Amino acid sequence: MFDFLQDYDLLGAFWVTVKLTLLSGAGSLVLGTVLAAMRVSPVPLMRGFATAYVNIVRNIPLTVIIVFTSLGLADTFRLTLGGEGVKEVAFRMAVLGLSTYTAAFVCESVRSGINTVPVGQAEAARALGLNFTQVLTLIVLPQAFRTVIGPLANVLIALTKNTTVAAAIGVGEASLLMKEMVENEAQLVLITAVFALGFVILTLPTGLLLGWLGKRLAVKR
Amino acid sequence: MSSVLYDTPGPRAKARNLIVSVVFAVALAAGVWWLVSALGDKGHLEWAKWKPFTESSSWTVYLLPGLGNTLKAAALSMIIALPLGAVFGIARLSDHAWVRIPAGTVVEFFRAIPVLILMVFANELYSGSVEPDVRPLYAVVTGLVLYNASVLAEIVRAGILSLPSGQAEAGRAIGLRKSQTMRFILLPQAVTAMLPAIVSQLVVIVKDTALGGAMIGFTELLRSRGTMSAFYGNTIPSFIVVAVIFVVLNLILTTFASWLEKWLRSRKKSSGAVLGAAAIEDAKTVGAKANTDGGAR
Repeated sequence: MFDFLQDYDLLGAFWVTVKLTLLSGAGSLVLGTVLAAMRVSPVPLMRGFATAYVNIVRNIPLTVIIVFTSLGLADTFRLTLGGEGVKEVAFRMAVLGLSTYTAAFVCESVRSGINTVPVGQAEAARALGLNFTQVLTLIVLPQAFRTVIGPLANVLIALTKNTTVAAAIGVGEASLLMKEMVENEAQLVLITAVFALGFVILTLPTGLLLGWLGKRLAVKR
Repeated sequence: MSSVLYDTPGPRAKARNLIVSVVFAVALAAGVWWLVSALGDKGHLEWAKWKPFTESSSWTVYLLPGLGNTLKAAALSMIIALPLGAVFGIARLSDHAWVRIPAGTVVEFFRAIPVLILMVFANELYSGSVEPDVRPLYAVVTGLVLYNASVLAEIVRAGILSLPSGQAEAGRAIGLRKSQTMRFILLPQAVTAMLPAIVSQLVVIVKDTALGGAMIGFTELLRSRGTMSAFYGNTIPSFIVVAVIFVVLNLILTTFASWLEKWLRSRKKSSGAVLGAAAIEDAKTVGAKANTDGGAR
């Protein structure tokens, strides 16, 4: 019953899913943090730019962004991001698209984390004579980071599931293999169950671990 | 303006902010100029590529039918997912373990797997039984219903749990059965409290319909764009127009959701329990039940 599974590279496909998740996760964390810094900055122009970015990007479907990176950036503008060959370029484009999209959600999580720190905390720190860097590194960020773990875990789980969209531009990750398999094999329910299980295995530990960590480190107020 | 991070700026901070503003404005202008010149070099700003959008045929033949299908799939999914979600949400709150545990398992399972997997599954499932021309719509709606019903189940559960415990206690005190308390007291209040979260979930559904266009041949907005740009040869302009349509549509929904939330909060006649868009985020944490229980954050 399970024999036909050996004809396909299941682990390889899920490995691509993991690679997409980790690379886009790192990319969106960097971009999202920069955007969050802009969103809480005292410079109105930066705040406006970051707000516009978030409101535009998170309202465009991820599929539109991913397909655009392939048809628009790769095909029309001949952007390769240093990749060679169609497959490599598609993979890099998928990472770019996923990072761009997820950054908007990372930005919102980080910003809401900073906003949960009561103003009184910073005011008390300033009253003690701490300067801006000290207020930021000793008082605000340690509290904000702890609050942000839970929301960021949600973003990471959503990102893991969103990597399936890369199938739209032919990146050989799990869902593309699944589509190929259900079209060629008869065991539809079995194949779906295998892939569903694969995603449960990828997302459940992340949620449990980071959820536990978030609760353990939460600031009691 | 004073915030957590910054005190009200003094003269030195004001001068520094001005310098940063100018530097950032110059960088932003350089970026925009580079983008526009890159578009211009490849000829994407030529009037011929934008002209189709001023003619009615490109809208009536490609974009509007595509947008119509997007909205149709989103509306159908929401209408079917709502009652399903309500049933599972209430079942998860049941006093009987044999109802609560299976319902919880189903909800957590469908929340943990990507919508695309569900759509591909449904598309193949219907391959023998459903007419080929409506099959993509059926598959997209099935995938969206399975996923969103489980998200809505969590919203319903959070909505009921957000009500003050005095409501259920009062119901019991006047001798109502458990089902009567749920039907006459908890559910009506929870539904009003959930409205903003439900409207916000519509944004997610609208965005996910595009997946059906790219992967299983559902002729929604993104796919109509493909047909259109194959005809007019305007890849970049058509992507920009489609993105703008999605942004405007979703901004209308988000604005409506936050207006609804504000309006519900300001009403005098309620228990004060409102679930905003953030409730969806809270409900998303897999396995983290304490997030919604008792509303402790």
